[in-house]
Amino acid sequence: MMEPIALLVAATLSAGTPLALAALGLLVNERAGVVNLGAEGIMLVAAVAGFATAFHSGSTSLGIAAGALAGALLAAVLGGLVIWLNTHQGASGLALSLFGVGFSAFVGLGFVGKSLPPAPPLVLPVLSDLPWLGPALFRHHPMVYLTVALAVLLAWFLDRTRAGLVLRAIGESPESAHALGYPVRRIRLAALMAGGALCGMAGAYISVVYTPLWVEGMVAGRGWIALALTTFATWRPARVLLGAYLFGGVTMLQFHLQGVGVQVASQVLSMLPYLATIVVLALISRNPDWIRANMPASLGKPFHPGR
Amino acid sequence: MRIEARAEPSRLMAWLSPVLALAITVLVGVALFVLLGKDPVKGLLVFFHEPVRNVYALTELGVKATPLVLCALGLAACFRANVWNIGAEGQLVAGAIAGGGVALLATPETGRALLPLILVAGVLGGIAWAGIVALLRDRFNANEILVSLMLVYVAQLALSFLVHGPWKDPQGYNFPQTRMFVPEALVPVLVPSSRLHLGAPIALVAVAVTWVFMFRTFAGYQLQVGGLAPLAARYAGFSSRRALWTSLSISGGFAGLAGALEAAGPLGQLTPHVSPGYGFAAIIVAFVGRLHPVGIVLAALLMSMFYIGGELAQSRLGLPNALTGVFQGLLLVALLACDTLIHYRIRPGR
Repeated sequence: MMEPIALLVAATLSAGTPLALAALGLLVNERAGVVNLGAEGIMLVAAVAGFATAFHSGSTSLGIAAGALAGALLAAVLGGLVIWLNTHQGASGLALSLFGVGFSAFVGLGFVGKSLPPAPPLVLPVLSDLPWLGPALFRHHPMVYLTVALAVLLAWFLDRTRAGLVLRAIGESPESAHALGYPVRRIRLAALMAGGALCGMAGAYISVVYTPLWVEGMVAGRGWIALALTTFATWRPARVLLGAYLFGGVTMLQFHLQGVGVQVASQVLSMLPYLATIVVLALISRNPDWIRANMPASLGKPFHPGR
Repeated sequence: MRIEARAEPSRLMAWLSPVLALAITVLVGVALFVLLGKDPVKGLLVFFHEPVRNVYALTELGVKATPLVLCALGLAACFRANVWNIGAEGQLVAGAIAGGGVALLATPETGRALLPLILVAGVLGGIAWAGIVALLRDRFNANEILVSLMLVYVAQLALSFLVHGPWKDPQGYNFPQTRMFVPEALVPVLVPSSRLHLGAPIALVAVAVTWVFMFRTFAGYQLQVGGLAPLAARYAGFSSRRALWTSLSISGGFAGLAGALEAAGPLGQLTPHVSPGYGFAAIIVAFVGRLHPVGIVLAALLMSMFYIGGELAQSRLGLPNALTGVFQGLLLVALLACDTLIHYRIRPGR
């Protein structure tokens, strides 16, 4: 009885990792005051870029790096639109998502049906051989651990460093930050690109490590779920991690339920993550105090210097 | 170069911007054709000439423009009210499920009487699906962007469940689809030996109704003020809750109608893919059409050309159909960039 649970925990961590990575990236964006509705499109393009790179080079790490690069570049395009041309953040992100869906399908056409060899897990001495704990926690791809480290690092960066303070100030009141002499637009662009790179890593993780093959639209709404996670986490990195694993668990539960022979159609079980997102979003948004506590005050609003 | 705010928004640029955006998309398209080693002239002909070449081509243009117009009209009502419903695709699928469910009940004996019921069921299905978004926004303050989008996946999975399970055609060689609807339950075709159906004139009536509602009724006015100036609307005592429910009902109703028309029209049955992303393309149609009913018709015809051009590019030039999605996305990105010129002008110098 112990072993299946250990495997479920392991699968949950693995499934939660791309959600956590993307949501941490979006958290950086939103703390700087920019909503990135292009996450889904960025993740898809990064997924195909990562897959293509890993397919031709044979290197998982290069694949993930390519995903990060693709993500940062697409985010820079979004930045040019929303930061310099002051286009509507929601509409522009949405446009990027629609573009990403089409573009990834177009570029990925040559890879449909191709797959990569499974990425080997990082085997740690002693820890990986522990009974129960080993298979559950210590036989994962390095990205799983990196994501946890990243959440800790991000929490420290936002709360304990001067640069983090500046980033948050720009998200709260870009006018004040501008008056103090900070280059608001450049910092917002940097935040957007950093977030885009994380979304890109998440996308590449999906196509290179998590399910190492290319299927059109394989991100399957994870970009949107990650957007919901930042609200769920009320913009706190540790809660993002918690939320991502919770959703990873919900995703895994469907396979687990099918595995133990629960008589429910697969399509109904596949609805679970989406329904869970809706329910969680409704419950958390219900209390305005929770939302307002950490929500960047200028979230989604354009900034015009000198006006 | 320097970007400078205009004293007031330019009306000329508001209508010129979509044309500019289309020009940019075409230029990128030409570059893409060259890059892929295809003749760009042939590429352009496939997208912009073939779909309007003869009567049959024009009827096909109308077939694809119909759901786009319907979905975009509702989305425009939402966007004007500052309600960010992006789940028209899900509302369309919900309408197709509801309408298709009624159509499956039809037999030769029930006759034509059931057809209006099919369409009404589609409208109600769409409204119910959009109503979930309105309810969660109204009662729980849940972000409508995310909820409406999540409901797209849920609707698609529900449809997939039905056609794989309870509604599967027993004589369908195990394909995931319902049986064909009886001829009496199908939307009448307008032009013989084409697929252009009654949905097209219905969509044009919807255009007129939406125009009157938006620009000639007090409720439509309230809705728009709520979107443009929420504080002014509140001061005037206009209910933002009513604007939310109204705009989402319009959107859900029209998208649901589009879904029922697709199911009982060109498809004649339910399959897992009732829509090649009409609900998402309609977002682009709404923006390119300047959220105006008449503009939406023109934009829907353009988007319909993209769909047909993509299919032809696949069969004639050996290019992937996914090209349609690339051009659609590109058009919206270019449009948003060009829209900057409505509020700003570009001056040389620093």
